[in-house]
Amino acid sequence: MGLAVPRFWREIPYRYNLIGSRCKVCNRIFFPPREVCPYCRRKSLGKMEEMKLKGKGRLITYTIIYTPPSNFENQVPYAVGIVELDEGPRITSQIVDCDPEKLKIGMRVEAVFRKIQEDGDTGAIYYGYKFRPVGEDEDKGETG
Amino acid sequence: MMNIGIVSYGAYIPMNRIRIEEIAETWGRNPDDIKKGLNVFEKTVPSPDEDTATISVTASRYALSRVNIDPKDIGAIFIGSESHPYAVKPTSTIVGEAISAVPELMAADYEFACKAGTAAIQNCMALVRSGMIRYGLAIGADTAQSAPGDALEYTASAGGAAFIIGKEKVIARINCTCSFATDTPDFWRREARKYPKHGGRFTGAPAYFRHIIGAAKLLMEKMKTKPEDYDYAIFHQPNGKFPVTVGKRLGFDRKQLEQGLLTPYIGNTYSGSSPLGLCSVLDVAKPGDRILMVSYGSGAGSDAFDITVTDEIENFDRDKAPTVRELMERKRYISYAIYAKYRNLLYWE
Ligand SMILES: [Zn+2]
Repeated sequence: MGLAVPRFWREIPYRYNLIGSRCKVCNRIFFPPREVCPYCRRKSLGKMEEMKLKGKGRLITYTIIYTPPSNFENQVPYAVGIVELDEGPRITSQIVDCDPEKLKIGMRVEAVFRKIQEDGDTGAIYYGYKFRPVGEDEDKGETG
Repeated sequence: MMNIGIVSYGAYIPMNRIRIEEIAETWGRNPDDIKKGLNVFEKTVPSPDEDTATISVTASRYALSRVNIDPKDIGAIFIGSESHPYAVKPTSTIVGEAISAVPELMAADYEFACKAGTAAIQNCMALVRSGMIRYGLAIGADTAQSAPGDALEYTASAGGAAFIIGKEKVIARINCTCSFATDTPDFWRREARKYPKHGGRFTGAPAYFRHIIGAAKLLMEKMKTKPEDYDYAIFHQPNGKFPVTVGKRLGFDRKQLEQGLLTPYIGNTYSGSSPLGLCSVLDVAKPGDRILMVSYGSGAGSDAFDITVTDEIENFDRDKAPTVRELMERKRYISYAIYAKYRNLLYWE
């Protein structure tokens, strides 16, 4: 599963900086950003604005991967989860800096900047967000 | 005199640690001899998804979170490292994009073994002083590689620090900086080689000690200062012994070194080494505190800095990002087998 370089390049704003979009008609927030609000449809044309999401949220559900796609062998076992951001949108992401066995549904997580994938030793390196659990005492700093 | 200096800073180290015992036992060495010889007990290890770019981005975001600066006002990003992820393609543009400082931005990657990060600070100072930029972002970060079984394996680690340099709301004024450089082949890595080579005992006296002492003396002559004028001193820390020895030779005592001496518990973060020590000092510094920092890069050279903490540090939001101490406490230990897997020491087709 290689990402195409042009596609990745177009997605840099939301992959690096969690840029989503907000519908100014109904106030719903979307990630990845949308051109049109699926609820307001035509009424939202020209009323979608970019919005930087803070990268804080909670873990809704997760699974532990033991049989990875190629290039992920050295990370096994690792967790992939669905995170609900404080602003509302849900994101599927790898959950890192944790023992996957100790993850708990509902725990606080924050976005971190990591390597998402590399095309072997010779290809491009793709960066973007992942999430890590945060203790109550360390919920600070803009890492997203 | 224009006040130029550090407006904000951020540090980052990966959470994985490996103990010296774990490495020594793998290679049949006595861990106590090594711990005593190097004054190093454990070191950081990057996760497989961490590299110099991710460390630089995280440290830079921490620095930005402590101040109210529009990233678009950052006119230059310079990153010093000997482990840039690409041989050709800058790390600095990745950081620029990730902190939204693009596209009106001077960006460059620096190389000078372990001192390229402090060279980045000097260049940002010059650009701010000349009025070419409002703020500059200087970063020193590395994920140091060492050959399995090599002496460097006990210390080569990962981490980095980012400094926003400017002339407004300066928390630590840089009074003076100067450098000392000569052609000294103490440590090198040829293009396309994974692991560095070093000149054994040659790394000590003619290299590390000569350059650090040379730069520190030059700076103290220029500033007419003596070791006792400084509250804190930070020297490049390839291990836990060299900085203490060089400090003693220059006339500094252990108390001046303690707060900035991190290598015993994080290892040698190369370009992150003295910059992380400076972050650790800024985490606790009070107005009026005076700091001496001297970096060292093989090949060889040292950059020395005379720094005074200002009253502005009282208004500065240190709590908005983790301190070095907090990052050091956030850790999980790994075995040599996991270390080998993470650092790609195992090959299969
Ligand atoms: Zn809508």
